[in-house]
Amino acid sequence: MKDQTDTNPARRRGGKLQVKTVTMAHGGGGKAMRDLIDDVFISAFDNPEIGDMEDQARLTSDLLLEPGAQLAFTTDSFVVSPIEFPGGDIGKISVCGTVNDLAVGGAKPLWLSAAVIIEEGTEVELLRKIALSMRAAADEAGVHIVTGDTKVVERGSADKIFITTSGVGVIPPGRNLNAGRVQVGDVAIVNGVLGDHGAAILTARGDMALSTEIQSDCASLNGLMEAVIAAAPDVRCARDATRGGLASALNEIAEAAGVGIEVDETDLPLRTEVKGVCEILGLDPLYLANEGTLVLFVPQDQAEAALAAMRGLEVGKNAVAIGRATPENPGTVVMKTVFGGGRIIDMLVGEQLPRIC
Amino acid sequence: MKYADEFRDPVLAKALFARIEELAAKTGATKKKPLNFMEVCGGHTHSIFRYGLENLLPDCIDLIHGPGCPVCVLPMGIVDDCVEIAQNPNVIFTTYGDAMRVPGSKGSLLAAKSEGADVRMVYSPLDALELARRNPDEEVVFFGLGFETTMPSSAFTILEAEAEGIENFSLFCNHITIIPTIKAILDSPDMRIDGFIGPGHVSMVIGQAPYEFIAERYNRPLVVAGFEPLDILQTIVMLLEQIIDGRAEIENQYSRVVPDGGNDNALGALAKVFELREFFEWRGLGSLDHSGVRMRPEYASFDAEIKYKTQNLKIADPKSCQCGEVLKGVIKPWECKLFGDVCNPENPVGALMVSSEGSCSAYYQYAGVRSKALRVEAKIAAS
Repeated sequence: MKDQTDTNPARRRGGKLQVKTVTMAHGGGGKAMRDLIDDVFISAFDNPEIGDMEDQARLTSDLLLEPGAQLAFTTDSFVVSPIEFPGGDIGKISVCGTVNDLAVGGAKPLWLSAAVIIEEGTEVELLRKIALSMRAAADEAGVHIVTGDTKVVERGSADKIFITTSGVGVIPPGRNLNAGRVQVGDVAIVNGVLGDHGAAILTARGDMALSTEIQSDCASLNGLMEAVIAAAPDVRCARDATRGGLASALNEIAEAAGVGIEVDETDLPLRTEVKGVCEILGLDPLYLANEGTLVLFVPQDQAEAALAAMRGLEVGKNAVAIGRATPENPGTVVMKTVFGGGRIIDMLVGEQLPRIC
Repeated sequence: MKYADEFRDPVLAKALFARIEELAAKTGATKKKPLNFMEVCGGHTHSIFRYGLENLLPDCIDLIHGPGCPVCVLPMGIVDDCVEIAQNPNVIFTTYGDAMRVPGSKGSLLAAKSEGADVRMVYSPLDALELARRNPDEEVVFFGLGFETTMPSSAFTILEAEAEGIENFSLFCNHITIIPTIKAILDSPDMRIDGFIGPGHVSMVIGQAPYEFIAERYNRPLVVAGFEPLDILQTIVMLLEQIIDGRAEIENQYSRVVPDGGNDNALGALAKVFELREFFEWRGLGSLDHSGVRMRPEYASFDAEIKYKTQNLKIADPKSCQCGEVLKGVIKPWECKLFGDVCNPENPVGALMVSSEGSCSAYYQYAGVRSKALRVEAKIAAS
């Protein structure tokens, strides 16, 4: 990697941003916009690929040279409210979310783009904080933010900051993680407790008059995925349990694989505080969003190895097996309740909840 | 949470299931001629499905999911009135979340919101009053609905608004009362209910005396029940014991919360603010005498019905909708002609499909009953 220096052309083009809030002028395409981009974003993201400031990033990686390697490409928009919440902010989530979408497919994430829509009147200090948070999350995941865009919209047309990130990664030859590969008897494993992000956002909004210590689980999972694949090479598939929670991820897998999935209620890892919030607000934690939690399926004889590998990492220390693929009721997720009764866990139909990601 | 977990203990549940099995055998009920117990309250319906209790009960006990989901019994005309009030440019219309999806004849509150009306979900009418304090230039309307459970908080909010002299707050009062509803079900010619799992939260307010007529005049037992799974199982045990003894009494399983005499403070506030309506129109059940309340004339300045001159139009339910028969326990949700294909949680036709406490929606979502044919499979899956 090239060393970052002050000779970076980006640094020389723009000046220091002097104002406290973003105005429509910062979206006008002129000097004000250049100052905003350079002073807030480029200086935070700073990496070799971004430096040339052409209209496109030019990328190369040795990983791509291997015969049979595949590009993985994904995109996601982030509109979370509030922008800062316990355990993260919109910047961190916009990097982790896209990194995770690559990682659960077995890809090694390499590069991200970031398109930022800013509401007129947003404080520059807040933007700086978000940009630095993106950089920190990118460093942690080992990716570079190599291209981007900013737009400013009139007050009321957006809620402070919306971010869209796209990500490119490389899937090494021979790797094929695919929900369709799940077979009867495979074990379902989650890497951590469920619903923390959804519960943290709900309480952070303050309109529920609840105060808790719950933190969002927002984290990149590419390191965890590599560790699992190394320990359990036949891992069938993984999904991050974001919007719609674990329930939606499991339903997608059951449908794609044409198997039933049985989950044991007693095995579901839930924090007492999250259970409490759900009790009070009448929510089901299985449908709460996560931003650093995935569910994966492995053949039964590799389940222990996968669990051990996950538990060796901070983001996997609460890893636990929660259920299995069954021949009965293909396409359906059934939960065995604490009493041994059964109930079907369906996809979420509508949502009344605040924006969560 | 420790407090709640104690009422979900699987070991205790197992013992209760065994006891139910034993008692049910003594009653002589069979799969073909089962005992029908109705839970009146939607909160119970939710717990029963959430913990999969129904499938663990013996074949000879059928649970009938009653009318106690206030969102489910909202007639379309009232939803239309809500939408009309909400569309006033200076109105902030506040409501409990569930009511936002209920279809009116011209769409739901959620649809009105997407078209620009300021509709906000609140968890309490006091939150709505706070909005009124913070937005003195706007009119805040709270959509009051529900049984005696939610009625006191509406009443206390009005009293607080009056005490503070807040003029930009009003209540669109569509509260309903439980007793006339139970009576209507008992009077229905096709009634086949052997006992009631009584509404815990309503009883916390009204006490037990108002239920006496059920035992005296209709010779049916009612046990006021809590909402945790063990509460419900114990209630079924108590009902079975009454039936075996040949008793029909009002009993209280939920004594840790429900005082025999109800809550005098709450009852006082209700009497002060509300009076009975001549009749109230229910979705699925039609017009029931004295089954709803309105605000007393002294509080007219807080009454959205007067402030916005609501039309109160009677709009008939879709002809093919059988919500009424499901509510009365005459047919099971999946026996309705519309269930599944035409009426489902994404596009509810009937009220019982709207809220997760509605029995049709509960069957559809938790028991996986998508159509009549699939029901058998779901039963097997769950067993």
